[in-house]
Amino acid sequence: MKPIKKDLIHPIPGSRWNHILSGVVGDKLAMLALIIFVFYCLIALLAPLVAPYDVSDPAFMDLMNSEIPPSWISGNSQFLLGTDAQGRDLLSVILYGTRLSLTIGICAVLIQVTLGICIGLVAGYLGGRIDNFLMRCADIQLSFSNMMVAIVFLAIFQSLFGMARYQQLAMIILILVIGLTEWPLFARTIRASVLAEKQQEYVDAARVMGISSKRIMFRHILPNTLSPILVIFTVQIANAIVAEAALSFLGLGMPATEPSLGSLISEGFAYMFAGSWWICVIPSITLIILILAMNLLGDWLRDHLNPRAYKD
Amino acid sequence: MKKRELAALIDVSFTLNRGERIAIVGESGAGKSILGFSIVNLISKPGYIESGSIKLENKELTTMNLRQLQEVRGKRIAMIFQDPMMTLNPVLTIGNQLVETIRSHTNISYKDARNIAIEKLHNVQIASPEKRFDQYPHELSGGMRQRVIIASVLLLNPDIIIADEPTTALDVTIQAEILQLLLTICQDNGVALVLISHDLGVVSKVAERTLVMYAGHIVEEGPTLEIINDPQHPYTQGLLNALPQMTIPGQRLNQIQGSMPSLAERPSGCAFHPRCPYATQKCKQEQPQFIYSGVSSVACFIIEDMLNEFTDTDKEAL
Amino acid sequence: MLIFLLRRLLQACFVMIIISVISFSIQDKLGDPVQQMVGMTVSPEERNQLRNELGLNDGFLVQYWRFAKGAVHGDLGTSYYYKEPALDVILEKLPATLELAFCAILIVILIATPCGVLAAIKPKHILSRLLMLISSIGLSVPIFIVAILMVYIFSIELNIAPSFGRGQTTEFFGFWESGLFNKDGLSHLLLPSLSLSIALMPIFVRLIRAEMMDVLQSEYIRFAWSKGLSARRIYFIHALKNTMLPVITVGGIQAGTLVAYTILTETIFQWPGMGFLFMDAVSRVDTPLVSAYLIVVGGIFVITNTFVDLIYGLFNPTVRLASHGL
Repeated sequence: MKPIKKDLIHPIPGSRWNHILSGVVGDKLAMLALIIFVFYCLIALLAPLVAPYDVSDPAFMDLMNSEIPPSWISGNSQFLLGTDAQGRDLLSVILYGTRLSLTIGICAVLIQVTLGICIGLVAGYLGGRIDNFLMRCADIQLSFSNMMVAIVFLAIFQSLFGMARYQQLAMIILILVIGLTEWPLFARTIRASVLAEKQQEYVDAARVMGISSKRIMFRHILPNTLSPILVIFTVQIANAIVAEAALSFLGLGMPATEPSLGSLISEGFAYMFAGSWWICVIPSITLIILILAMNLLGDWLRDHLNPRAYKD
Repeated sequence: MKKRELAALIDVSFTLNRGERIAIVGESGAGKSILGFSIVNLISKPGYIESGSIKLENKELTTMNLRQLQEVRGKRIAMIFQDPMMTLNPVLTIGNQLVETIRSHTNISYKDARNIAIEKLHNVQIASPEKRFDQYPHELSGGMRQRVIIASVLLLNPDIIIADEPTTALDVTIQAEILQLLLTICQDNGVALVLISHDLGVVSKVAERTLVMYAGHIVEEGPTLEIINDPQHPYTQGLLNALPQMTIPGQRLNQIQGSMPSLAERPSGCAFHPRCPYATQKCKQEQPQFIYSGVSSVACFIIEDMLNEFTDTDKEAL
Repeated sequence: MLIFLLRRLLQACFVMIIISVISFSIQDKLGDPVQQMVGMTVSPEERNQLRNELGLNDGFLVQYWRFAKGAVHGDLGTSYYYKEPALDVILEKLPATLELAFCAILIVILIATPCGVLAAIKPKHILSRLLMLISSIGLSVPIFIVAILMVYIFSIELNIAPSFGRGQTTEFFGFWESGLFNKDGLSHLLLPSLSLSIALMPIFVRLIRAEMMDVLQSEYIRFAWSKGLSARRIYFIHALKNTMLPVITVGGIQAGTLVAYTILTETIFQWPGMGFLFMDAVSRVDTPLVSAYLIVVGGIFVITNTFVDLIYGLFNPTVRLASHGL
């Protein structure tokens, strides 16, 4: 039996961050994952300062320097991670690529969250026909995989705009397409939480006090659905980055002149048979470590915020 | 999150004679179900038996390996669970679940096993057992499923049946039928029964002997009728008074003040003392020992003191 | 059963209409058939006349209706590049893709099930911990990197299996080119199907483990133990069947992912299937082929989903199919 009085005041969301932070410090793996993520964010933010070469400099691309192996093999300390087929310094390109990948990933997920929260709140709070219709849409959208939908739409856009124009718009289109294809995940989670929270006494109490439904949704219910959103948010950024990389790999994403991690890997793949493995392998490892850290963080958050989950 | 080991059962000891029907009574959280499950070592993880001994005809059960335990489970000691809606596997037919029990303990052919199963279904008064045999659990009502479970328990003529709240999840009208069925079956086949229940009314109809449990301890043990007519331990008295039959219509139900302590915050001394109307200073500090009161065995200082007084006055009279 | 099929059919129609509208819009908006047919030398008047003859100046709905009627009769336009009916071009590549997907699914089922079960029944065992670690890492490695690694290790470094193409094929029934029945075809199939299955594996291992652990906590499993059944019977008959129910549902949802993954795999291994063809068509702006691919994939999608639901109904006796259909 729950004491009713406690239910009348809704739990304070402020303490949640302290709770999460203290938990992260206690768990070595989560700590490591967090450090890696922060590190990636930092180098992405500071790429222009950290990178040894300026990518916008025309002299950056020098075919004379093409396909130089990493410094520990070639002994050439000019290029720490070697160069790619166009003679670009791999380290600089990767730094900028990470910046692009992270930007696209985070922006796309922000779109997903916004859409998901709005649709989920409306569906969960209003219920009835609207709920039915929105959730049916979510079902259909989910049953096509987001990757499939993204491939189709990018292919259409590419034919629509023509290659040159498309490459200029690639980043915005990628963000929009990845952002618009996975809202159902958030919407469903929010809806489920709203339905659960709606039963709680504090929502009734707020309604009895004459607070408008919009205010109840945003000020009272939303803060209490943040835990599951946070979990999905973390994992979804990883998914969005993978999606972007895959689309770029297929040639539907970022162009070679402005490469993200995915386009770097795609480009490097062609040179693998010629023995220049590093052009492909080093960006791949960069990508894998980022995704792994995000997934570990997501897993840990899920376990930590949901004590009912298995402990072993 | 800190992990701590907590004891659910402390110093629990009893014997069960062949063909005898005993009941274990107490509120939820008293440890009755854990007691039932620990007999065949089926406590859910991460629980385990730390020490103690459980013997079936001088064979120690706690030290058996899984293979030996499997021989005992189902064949010697069978169990009936609380909720018949959850107990049968939803994706296997009734017949399948009955026959597998027989075939995993004996070398009977499928056809013979099927005949035995249908006969047992007939014994538990299920109409058209051949039809039921091929049905899935969801096609049966709750009472019907509990009958099927009783039939499955009877398949191998076990020595002991442990029934954990077998009627709690059922409708009141069906409760009586199932209870009656359980009683006749035990009597007809000479099976010993351990009935676990929170309901003294249920217990009184079936069990010959009753054990009352509170917070992991047995507090009173004796013949069912005696205990119901003359409860000794204050907790047993409270339980009996709480029965609706014991209340004058129109009056509030009697209830024991407070609630059962959780495993983590079990009080010192007699665990019942915070709720006991007669508690003394001694109750808070020391653990009472079992003493025979003339009606039943009780672990309570109040009773002990009363008995001592009684014998003292006797001595004085001499 | 009849109601179930009807509802399924209704849903399928709805999905197919959406897809056909999208693919029609592609054809309508992209590429001018008149330009393709006559070139630059023809005067605007003549062009306009031709447009009228072809019905290109009719309203959207009229044109769509014509397109839909053609689509129902199997006419999805003519590929600009191959100069053949688009549907024929696609269907010619269908067996390659189906064989690839089939082998990958088979590998997933055969490996993920025992792994997931092991990880669920012995969660503390060193092997299960290792398995969970690998699947956690595997979940974070995108499929194209898996494929690249496979190519690098098995094809370039070890030179065990070929890394592109389909190898030798055998023809069956006059239309099905199969690579499953000779050594060369199988060796070409090895790396692509392995990559595809490795990409799907972690999802299923984790799912099976989680579901199995849930099931093992249930009352009916405890009851099965109390009946003295053998561990093998409890795990593989009582628990596994209940575990597979949600797994089948998720498997159905993953069908779309599988299609997307086949596109990636086929591109990397230059596997001559539908996905490879699709990417080619996109880069050549071969719109009839692109829209034909969408319609064929949509059809496959509807069929798989119905199939998955039917299997679910077979596995789960408590679900009457009539009340289940979406």
